[in-house]
Amino acid sequence: MKPLILLLMLLAATWSGMACAAPYVPADDRQVLERLPEKADPSLRLLRRMRSALAADPRNLELAAALARSAIEASRATGDPRYLGMAQAALAPWWNDPHADAPALLLRATIRQSLHDFDGALVDLDRVIERTGDGQALLTRATILAVQGRYDAARADCARLARRTSALVVATCDAGPASLAGDADAYRRLAALLARSGDAASVRAWSLTLAGEIAARAGYDAAAEAHFAAARALDPQDAYLKGAYADFLLDCGRPRDVLPLVDHDVRNDALLLRLALAERAVAGLESSYAEHAAELAARFDAARRRGDVVHRREEARYRLAIAGDPAGALALAKANWAVQREPADLRVLADAARATQDASAQKIVDDWLSSNALHDAHLALARSAP
Amino acid sequence: MKRLLLGCLLAACCSLAQAHKPSDAYLTLIRDDAALSGQLDIALRDLDNALGLDANGDGDVTWGELRAREADVAAYALDRLRVASAGEPCALRATRQLVDAHTDGTYAVLMLSGACATNGPTLAIDYTLFRDLDPQHRGLLNFVEHGASRSVVFSAEASHQVVGGEAAGPVAQLATYLHEGVWHIWLGYDHILFLLSLLLPAVLVRRAGAWHAAASFRASFVDVAKVVTAFTLAHSITLTLAALGVVALPSRWVESAIALSVVLAALNNVFPVIANGRWLAAFGFGLLHGFGFAGALQDLGLPSGSLAISLAGFNLGVECGQLAIVAAFLPLAYCARATFAYRRIVLTGGSLAIATIASVWLAERALDLPLFAALAAVR
Repeated sequence: MKPLILLLMLLAATWSGMACAAPYVPADDRQVLERLPEKADPSLRLLRRMRSALAADPRNLELAAALARSAIEASRATGDPRYLGMAQAALAPWWNDPHADAPALLLRATIRQSLHDFDGALVDLDRVIERTGDGQALLTRATILAVQGRYDAARADCARLARRTSALVVATCDAGPASLAGDADAYRRLAALLARSGDAASVRAWSLTLAGEIAARAGYDAAAEAHFAAARALDPQDAYLKGAYADFLLDCGRPRDVLPLVDHDVRNDALLLRLALAERAVAGLESSYAEHAAELAARFDAARRRGDVVHRREEARYRLAIAGDPAGALALAKANWAVQREPADLRVLADAARATQDASAQKIVDDWLSSNALHDAHLALARSAP
Repeated sequence: MKRLLLGCLLAACCSLAQAHKPSDAYLTLIRDDAALSGQLDIALRDLDNALGLDANGDGDVTWGELRAREADVAAYALDRLRVASAGEPCALRATRQLVDAHTDGTYAVLMLSGACATNGPTLAIDYTLFRDLDPQHRGLLNFVEHGASRSVVFSAEASHQVVGGEAAGPVAQLATYLHEGVWHIWLGYDHILFLLSLLLPAVLVRRAGAWHAAASFRASFVDVAKVVTAFTLAHSITLTLAALGVVALPSRWVESAIALSVVLAALNNVFPVIANGRWLAAFGFGLLHGFGFAGALQDLGLPSGSLAISLAGFNLGVECGQLAIVAAFLPLAYCARATFAYRRIVLTGGSLAIATIASVWLAERALDLPLFAALAAVR
């Protein structure tokens, strides 16, 4: 099967090189060249109106902040990073000002977080928290600290959130770093709160997604499935949730269930990766797999050309599982681990270390596991395999 | 297999598997001596953001809508893509508009053609497309020269880049910059006049308030050698420091001070203050002239990959040009040194003329007035 796939990928690549990359003059004036995103999602039209209002008054922080917030939200909802650029453009007068007003700093930190400039985001958040003790800033800082593997500091921020927001938000903030620091009770507290809290759907969906991830790591597969299902009922289109659920399904050996989950999300690189990983594991999808694998290669290549680093984790997974390039995967996984240290980052580093028999990477994984109480059922399973 | 082919055919018009990706534009520039050609691919989504391509507001950009705005698209893009060589702009125009599919959608393709007014060793490119609308936008340049290509990424933080001049190999590169250095000193009248002002009295000796012919060629030669060596040493130091970015001075300040140095050096021949220690003045003012050379070198552009070769070549060129002037001057001046004409017309009259010209430069440069720009502009 492997040579066939290789051949198909090669053909796809050559074909795309021939047919898709030659500039041409369309024959018909009526030919539609581009469908603007506003056509599918009228809410995006509001962004356009907000932009023209801001253009008339570019130093109005209230207008700029409203536009930046909406644009960041649009980038989250659609997975389209162009909206992050729009948000940054709105904040241009404040972008390089260390003494900007707190709302500008908080939005700047959020954009920097999305661009994986975690240290830059933390500098801004430290300033906001020092000045105002803002709850959103605390929550964002806790999230970044947890991503960096600084669990105690993250939990301290979550603790400061108490009485500023609902018990469910506080428990969700804390449960992630707590579970990674070996506190099993944090998950039980979160599950208990989830059973009785009446928070807004968006908060519950976020909280349920996190609970699903924690349960999956702990090996509570039935509970994880229930959490993901409940979250999906509240927010079926959320890209982060889809990715987390797809990873859970792949780990459980259910690639077939991944296909309907993400097959409309091919624009999103992270979800296209999950789709290709699932297709690889299902017989009879070779041509579609080859097409998606070639598409992923083109996208990672395009990202590398512009100097982007936000997709290193995904690209490492792609190189390891799809492109058959364990050495390239290891280099990316190591570089990624220097920036972010979530369980998924450790997973891909461990997998790449095993595939390449790289002792130094293996030592990074072992040291991290022994100095943290991190438990990941699937990581443990993979590591015990010969 | 069928599905695969179909997938790609569709991608040619409206890709089904279009990616969400940050905004990029793809620029190819091919340089063939002074002639430039190339291609600029810009996402229709980004162009719509900037110019509003969707004329009928139906959410679709059609070929007709894009075609109607061809001139606007070209003007918008070329206004934000500035290319220069040796400090002179290169005129670029869009000869044709096509379209092409990229991973995230359809792009307008502008075919570019142009020429540089002067053909320096490098191209300086300023790229500011969409900088105000999306600071995450990148311009991905593929620069082709002598059959070799090089990738450069433009961003809001790195909108000015210098390309070219390194594909030809180190020897050719040294030769190019050496040549530029020679011509710079020959065409930079202020440096020549400064040097001449210091050299004119070299064939004379000042005794008891009057000029006398130097006794030996050897004495004149030693005097010239001292002046030239001091000048060379000084301007080499500051040229290197400025080219490496260690020291930076405002160019108007530097150019004005250079003009002043010429005035002072010339007047010193008419109303001598220092007669026999002119090498000290050569060293002191030479430091200033080095900054002037650095400004010219900056206009030429230094290839980032092989800075040392270009810098050394340019400096050597300046020295060679200078030595040629000295070699032409010294024998003539030595032969004429004892004549009345040399002392009165050449030394006094020439120095006064030099001081006058340099005073005009000083006024022009310090006050930013174009008095006789034609002479001063040759830099």
